[in-house]
Amino acid sequence: MNWEPLILTFELALVTTVLLLVLSIPLAYWLAYSRSRVKPVVETLVSMPLVLPPTVLGFYFLVAFSPGNAFGSWLEEWLGLQLVFSFQGLVLASILYSLPFMVHPIQSGFAGLSPSLKEASYVMGKSRLTTLWKVLLPNIRPSLLTGIVLAFAHTVGEFGVVLMIGGNIPGQTKVASIAIYDEVEALNYGAANFYSAVLFIITFCILLLVYLVNGGYVKRFWR
Amino acid sequence: MISCTLEKVLKAAGGEMKLHLELELRKGELVTLYGESGAGKTSSLRMLAGLLTPDRGRIVVEGQTWFDSEKKTNLKPQERNLGFVFQDYALFPHMTVRENLEYGAKNREDKTMVSHLIEMVALGDLQNRKPETLSGGQKQRVALARALMGKPDLLLLDEPLSALDAKIRAKLQDDILAVHREFGLTTLLISHDLGEIHKLSDRVVELEEGKVVRQGSPEDLFLGGKLSGKFRFTGQVLNIEAAGVVHIVTVLIQNQLVKVVAQENEIRDLRVGDRVLVASKAFNPVLYKLDS
Repeated sequence: MNWEPLILTFELALVTTVLLLVLSIPLAYWLAYSRSRVKPVVETLVSMPLVLPPTVLGFYFLVAFSPGNAFGSWLEEWLGLQLVFSFQGLVLASILYSLPFMVHPIQSGFAGLSPSLKEASYVMGKSRLTTLWKVLLPNIRPSLLTGIVLAFAHTVGEFGVVLMIGGNIPGQTKVASIAIYDEVEALNYGAANFYSAVLFIITFCILLLVYLVNGGYVKRFWR
Repeated sequence: MISCTLEKVLKAAGGEMKLHLELELRKGELVTLYGESGAGKTSSLRMLAGLLTPDRGRIVVEGQTWFDSEKKTNLKPQERNLGFVFQDYALFPHMTVRENLEYGAKNREDKTMVSHLIEMVALGDLQNRKPETLSGGQKQRVALARALMGKPDLLLLDEPLSALDAKIRAKLQDDILAVHREFGLTTLLISHDLGEIHKLSDRVVELEEGKVVRQGSPEDLFLGGKLSGKFRFTGQVLNIEAAGVVHIVTVLIQNQLVKVVAQENEIRDLRVGDRVLVASKAFNPVLYKLDS
């Protein structure tokens, strides 16, 4: 059996999740506490991938990053980044595609904390950053876990975006969901079943773990 | 010495309210802010702490300007040396009692202070427990001890005892008084409880709709300066029922239910929910000591 698409899938999901976590904490913090007028616009943009067909997202990526236009060629010339039909491109697309799955849990985690926790820390002379790191984040651990796992699982399951912007390059952009499609097209049901079963079992285990941990069944480990 | 002038338009439930508070606290004084909810007490405390920005005004604490709208000075809460006890205590749930206190430590001297404070509010046995396992009174003591880390110039207490029952209240009032004296603190307290105000405060400032309406010692304010043997309480009518030739009116005074016999003519204009004054005219009240 060829494990390459599966390994690539989890590699993509891992890189995406890590980058997404770093990006989402400040974004979710801002969304939870800001009273800015542009906030509804940003909130809408963050949520767009929930409702938009992935192909729409993929299509615009394809257009924007294509070396055939000014922006795409600038990226390639100056930063050496080729974002169409490449792993980097997949990561970037996945980050945007899974953004709401990471941002929303963290944002509601922040919003659910009593504002006086933050204020108490400020009054005790602690900066915003220290407060975020030492008080807020430790108290939204379940939300962080939910965000991490949902973003990971969602990236594992993406198809449309990858197909549009990544294509089907073995070892580069041929992730498991694409491989399954490919094998079915080739009437190769055995291989399709193999990939599908592995994805099914792994995602089931990941989600089960979240519910066990956040439901307090594994208290010793988490709290 | 702390002096402040605070002005801010607050958006309250019944529309906009203009808060205008002028207040001076002598060093070592314990002053209570008193008034109905929505009178602007908590907002005033938050402005002193830097958690809410006044529209106009000045806050000067021990010669240091914390806020001045003319000179555009506005120290952040982090830069103001104060202690704040929140109504919900705001203890950090993921830290033990000791860690909650240590979090506020800025140097080694503060670390030694942690043990002293823990001892002072009798939390020695509980210092390694998480806040969720503590009772309301214990949480309150942790919050009080934590607010004293860093020896604040000003201690702000936002209805610190409102959620506790009477017995624990009395004990915590002693605690507050003890730390206030030991640390020579200047304290501003919000309270509704007249007993508490009488016991704790040097001075009471009554707010109504964002303005100071009265201030003075608790005796001056609540007894009107006159010694009176008369029994006068205000309460709310909960029930009126006919019992033969008279009527029995149930009145809620503070959190005690009292039944009062009333004549037909007395209850004619009385409805359930009305506020009434319950007073005795001719007899001197008798005091019985209760076992505590």
